[in-house]
Amino acid sequence: MAKENLDVVYVGSDVGIGTLKEFQEEMPDRYFVEGVAEAYVIGMAAGLAMSGKMPFVNTIATFLTRRCYDQIAIDVCMGNHDVRLYANGGGLVYAPLGPTHLATDDIALMRALPNMTVIVPADADEMERAVLASGQHKGPIYFRVARGGDPLVPQDDHDFKIGNANVLREPKEILFVAAGIMVHRAIEVADQLKSEGIQAGVINLHTIKPLDTKTLSCYLSTTPNVITLEEHSIIGGLGSAIAQLIAEGARHPQGLFRMMGIPDCFPGKYGRQGDLIKYFGLEVKNVLEVSRQMLSEQKVLTV
Amino acid sequence: MINNPEFDERCLKTRKDILEIVRFGKRGHIASAFSMVEILVVLYDYILNVNPENPEWLERDRFILSKGHGCLGLYAILCDKGFFSSELWKGFCAFDGVLGGHPTMEKVPGVEASTGSLGHGLPIGVGLALAAKMDKRNSRTFVLLGDGECNEGSNWEAAMGASKNQLDNLVVLVDYNKQQAFGSTYEVCDLEPFADKWRAFGFETLEVDMVKEPYNLKTLLSGLPLAEDKPTAIICHTIKGMGAPFMEGNMDWHHKSKITDEEIEKVLLALED
Repeated sequence: MAKENLDVVYVGSDVGIGTLKEFQEEMPDRYFVEGVAEAYVIGMAAGLAMSGKMPFVNTIATFLTRRCYDQIAIDVCMGNHDVRLYANGGGLVYAPLGPTHLATDDIALMRALPNMTVIVPADADEMERAVLASGQHKGPIYFRVARGGDPLVPQDDHDFKIGNANVLREPKEILFVAAGIMVHRAIEVADQLKSEGIQAGVINLHTIKPLDTKTLSCYLSTTPNVITLEEHSIIGGLGSAIAQLIAEGARHPQGLFRMMGIPDCFPGKYGRQGDLIKYFGLEVKNVLEVSRQMLSEQKVLTV
Repeated sequence: MINNPEFDERCLKTRKDILEIVRFGKRGHIASAFSMVEILVVLYDYILNVNPENPEWLERDRFILSKGHGCLGLYAILCDKGFFSSELWKGFCAFDGVLGGHPTMEKVPGVEASTGSLGHGLPIGVGLALAAKMDKRNSRTFVLLGDGECNEGSNWEAAMGASKNQLDNLVVLVDYNKQQAFGSTYEVCDLEPFADKWRAFGFETLEVDMVKEPYNLKTLLSGLPLAEDKPTAIICHTIKGMGAPFMEGNMDWHHKSKITDEEIEKVLLALED
């Protein structure tokens, strides 16, 4: 991308020695590592964007969102500048490093900013498609980057468009709306339910803002059971966005709705990402359990 | 002191224009704007390579008013230079106006960055200066900081970045009037040794007495860059409310609202003395 688009500039803080080594070697004049100074880095990236560049700012998600929120709001979003925020370790990735490094509110923070686009790719391949698509996009983008090496989500390679909800499985009884690493889990659950004779839909909501209200409203209003799945606080993330749509009228007459995510707390545990996923009840078996419970409640309703 | 009636007249006109803008909004940071008038007049009359007919001209010099609350001064000088008509003054701080209590780049021709939240101008300035270097443009970037604003750590992060990237096309000017909103800079959060700080951060640093010898700033800025591969910092010793003796150093005038016509007349009279 950088080879084709001469305006692309890499701006890192102080993460990951060897990051984009090829970029650094081939295009040293567009490769900057500016130190542990997020407020400065964002302002500087805004200045570059004001001069026609397309800076990709790379650092750890918590520091890229919380530390320099004012700079992102005023310097980047207000002027709708083409800055790309590349947030490493979105969600619970840095579990062993503790709460300072857990980005569980990043989507809420970024969603609240006017002009910001929020992208949460489901896997590494989708990340690549998203970055390539961003070259043609006007305005700032927040990319939430996962750990890497997560299982790939089976989906059409060519079907990525910023702002589109990607329907991977058509729903009948129940629909999962998920993003990031939860998409793969949603598919696993859907496959399990299918073997039990239940048709579960899966929407990969890689773009959480702007929301694909057209597609979502259509599915939300025709599917009786909806569960949102996110590796994020239940406050202000994907679930909240869907809840708002439902509250505004996009709902099935007998609609039931559950949000599965991280409760309103600082995770007081370490371990690995998977340990925290388990701790917060976001494993496949938990989703299956909630789904079955919901389907039986629905039966009572419709009797 | 070198006597320069023409320069003094330009500064007096700018201060009067500031008051005319205030007449419409009846509020504003007048003392903060008065403090930097000499700096603005030197920059816009002699130094900045800008084109009011084409504010977006790529090769232009960039001026960022990082102390956005001083915008009355910026609005006065931009209007004087022809970036926009004085008709816009009527909308100062008004619902449909374009001249807000802090400047917005999308609304006001000639405003290079939206400021008001302190500590933003220098990081942006580094980005602008760096882009000019990358594109081999001769554009220079000037950033005017308030002294109280220098409490913000982002300035010092950016200062490290500026010297690391050897931005000799970047100039920091500090309006050092030694008063911030709560009180004197010595009491609130002392900046001294101020010039040494900038030197330690890799800036070629000089000081100018803007009260006695404001014209010296022109001489200094005419010789840019002051040092090869180093950014420049110029500490401008000023007085908050400069030009109106009763306002000078008077904390009541840091920000004032419900300003009456009588008060404006009083300031005008003081300026003429």
